[in-house]
Amino acid sequence: MNPTGPVIAANRFGLGARPGEIARVGDRPEAWLLDQLDGPSRLPPAFRGLPESPALFVELQEIRRNQREAKRNDEDIAQKYGRFVREHYVSQTSARYRHAATTDLPFHERLVHFWSNHFAVSADKQPLPAIAGLMENEAIRPNVSGRFVDLLLAVEKHPAMIVYLDNQRSIGPNSRLGERANRRRTEQQFGLNENLAREILELHTLGVGGGYTQQDVTTLAKIITGWSIGGANERGRFADGTPGKFEFREAIHEPGPQRLLGKTYAQSGVDQGEAVLRDLATHPSTARFVSTKLARHFVADEPPATIVDKLTDTWLESGGELATVYRALVEADDAWNPTHRKYKTPHDFVISTVRALDHEPERPQFIVGALDLMGQPPFRPGSPEGWPDTAEQWGGADALYKRIEWSNTVARRVGSRIDPVELGKAVLGVRFDPESRKAVSRAESRVQGMTLFLASPDFQRR
Amino acid sequence: MLNRRELLRAMGLTAFASHVPALALASASTDARLVLVVLRGAVDGLALAAPYADPDYRNVRGELTLAKPGSANGLLDLDGFFGLHPSFDGVHERFVHGEATIVHAVASPYRARSHFDGQDMLENGGDTVGGLRDGWLNRALAPVAGDHEIAIALAQNTPLVLRGDNSVTSWAPSKLPDADADTIARLQRLYAGDAFFATRLEQALNSREIAQGMSGSSRGRGNDARQFEEMMASAARFLVAPDGPRIAVVELGGWDTHANQGSASGALANRFAALDTGLANLRTGLGVAWKNTAVAVVTEFGRTVHVNGTRGTDHGTATAALLVGGAVAGGKVIADWPGLGRNDLYAGRDLQPTTDLRSLFKGVLEQHLAIDAGFVERTVFPGSRGARPLENLIRS
Repeated sequence: MNPTGPVIAANRFGLGARPGEIARVGDRPEAWLLDQLDGPSRLPPAFRGLPESPALFVELQEIRRNQREAKRNDEDIAQKYGRFVREHYVSQTSARYRHAATTDLPFHERLVHFWSNHFAVSADKQPLPAIAGLMENEAIRPNVSGRFVDLLLAVEKHPAMIVYLDNQRSIGPNSRLGERANRRRTEQQFGLNENLAREILELHTLGVGGGYTQQDVTTLAKIITGWSIGGANERGRFADGTPGKFEFREAIHEPGPQRLLGKTYAQSGVDQGEAVLRDLATHPSTARFVSTKLARHFVADEPPATIVDKLTDTWLESGGELATVYRALVEADDAWNPTHRKYKTPHDFVISTVRALDHEPERPQFIVGALDLMGQPPFRPGSPEGWPDTAEQWGGADALYKRIEWSNTVARRVGSRIDPVELGKAVLGVRFDPESRKAVSRAESRVQGMTLFLASPDFQRR
Repeated sequence: MLNRRELLRAMGLTAFASHVPALALASASTDARLVLVVLRGAVDGLALAAPYADPDYRNVRGELTLAKPGSANGLLDLDGFFGLHPSFDGVHERFVHGEATIVHAVASPYRARSHFDGQDMLENGGDTVGGLRDGWLNRALAPVAGDHEIAIALAQNTPLVLRGDNSVTSWAPSKLPDADADTIARLQRLYAGDAFFATRLEQALNSREIAQGMSGSSRGRGNDARQFEEMMASAARFLVAPDGPRIAVVELGGWDTHANQGSASGALANRFAALDTGLANLRTGLGVAWKNTAVAVVTEFGRTVHVNGTRGTDHGTATAALLVGGAVAGGKVIADWPGLGRNDLYAGRDLQPTTDLRSLFKGVLEQHLAIDAGFVERTVFPGSRGARPLENLIRS
């Protein structure tokens, strides 16, 4: 067996080795990875106690109602909404990183984060900060190793995605309500909103250049009119349904057959959109686009064509069985090539540091603050495109300096108790470069040695 | 005198008050204040206090030789044989006032050359690496502790010397110091073989230079020296608070001068200046409490007697320590001087240790904190019988 196997399994495919993890990987690193694909048998402790989306939406509506009914100058009530949203953002992000810091299924968790970023909802408009993390847990986590189509359907129907891309506002021009509005010509905001449809094609499935036209975007927008949530408005129209649950609204759905990507969809209602997503999930462009992203994430910024081809073929042959695609990735020899090195994103760097130190910070702000500082605040990529995944985009000079400073901060916090050379051996195993090791062992103190280790090219790459 | 709340406010801490451990000390059994300054990285004792009258001094030190007292940038004379490095204006003034003692050719029992292990032994007070899991100063607390923490570490993370069964507190400013110049220089060397990292670090340092208007010489110097100076002022505030701690530990790194150490000026001189300023800040902050104060300044081991090929010095053995404070019976150099001749050196390269650092610590604990000698012998420094406490360290 290649001695680098377990190190690469833990660091490149996992979230960074914890002390002892490389030994636990053992001499069958592929098996160690593939055994994780079923995920945890029950909800990890970090996530217990978080509300589900419906309960959260009920509370949000309650706060809005109180605000409406309150006297105008009641500052406390006015601030309550923002405070509530912030609190939930903090509790969801801290659960996410607490779990990432300690999980024994780090490959599974990396996949969760990968898909969460692929289907990014950015927490910069209300109430996204309070539900972005819930989407990861409710729509992504259960479907990470299933069929891509199930993942796709779960995400596109999740309230976070619908609200983020405004689909609850999209109204078919020939729907019952659309026609009525058009006759009156009063409410101008009644009409199609192409936001979600565009991102489904451009970012979630086919990819830019995946062979669709603007006409296809408009058509898909029509097809998914009516894909809304319960309680989409606080009162009046669309206030019905279970708040925070997917709700199909026939009254705004564009009726009739639609022709998309050369195929006619004659279904009615929600079935029409589901049929489209089913086809998109196994479209050759989707297979290639997402396979490329996977290979880029796990192997190299410029992934080898052999791996991309292999994943694409596997995708198409299996009908988008994600576990089968992951297996093809893990079994690709070149994916284990030690010369491929990914420069860690801030997210990777912070998680792998916390794992290496076996240090679960008491204050989640420690991690979230670090990610803010390094330019990757959790669940806030700023656009539906998600965070970039290449060294070119993360490798700014100042960004590197911030990593050095944070390394120094972390080392001062915990470094004097840990021998940095031992840590290097535990985390990087046979891949602990002799030069790095020499530099770390010659540091003037453990704290300095820890700083050098965390900032070393060895540890900054995976 | 400030009460605790005022103290916190004075330190800009009210917003974080809930994160600050209780400082209350119901009634300390002593008015004495003890500060331990741990210098990490192995201080060159021959630069701290140079034996300028030793016949071999100039010969062995080469370009690191410091000029005799009285000449330009010369040493500050102590006793006609030793002189303090010219950066130590403040300490020298205390020496003249009889408030500073220099202990020379001193070393812990550690005889190898690893900083990590050397610091462990300096702090655990034992004579084997890893032999004791707690720190000697923590073990010394039992007889002097009141209802609340009597000792504080001014550090993010309590150093080993204060770790152990007795409860201690800690405090550090919320803004941590930047990575120091030495760390950056080491990273530059580590990155040298990797263009991706090397280029970016260079760019970042250039940008910082422009943004901060720093000159070439202070480039990448970082602010950790200034933070140390401020930390010593903070230590004073804790130590004068009526119900505050009476013992403090402060650390400063940056002493591992393998290259371009400098002599009367340069990297090491700047470090000494920061230490001198920090000690002055402590004295100012302590006010009248200074007269009850002793400050021990120690490091894990010394450096080679001879200059190396990169105008620095490598890991050595014996070094010098300082004891400063109003309570100190000072104005003297304590040294059983081994000499600097070829046959005088330890392992042919280091200053020969003639005094056990534990002798200094034991003397301070017994005379300054009035801790029972038997307790010190049994509990604080077990197995140190051979290291007899130094006498007359503290005014009686």
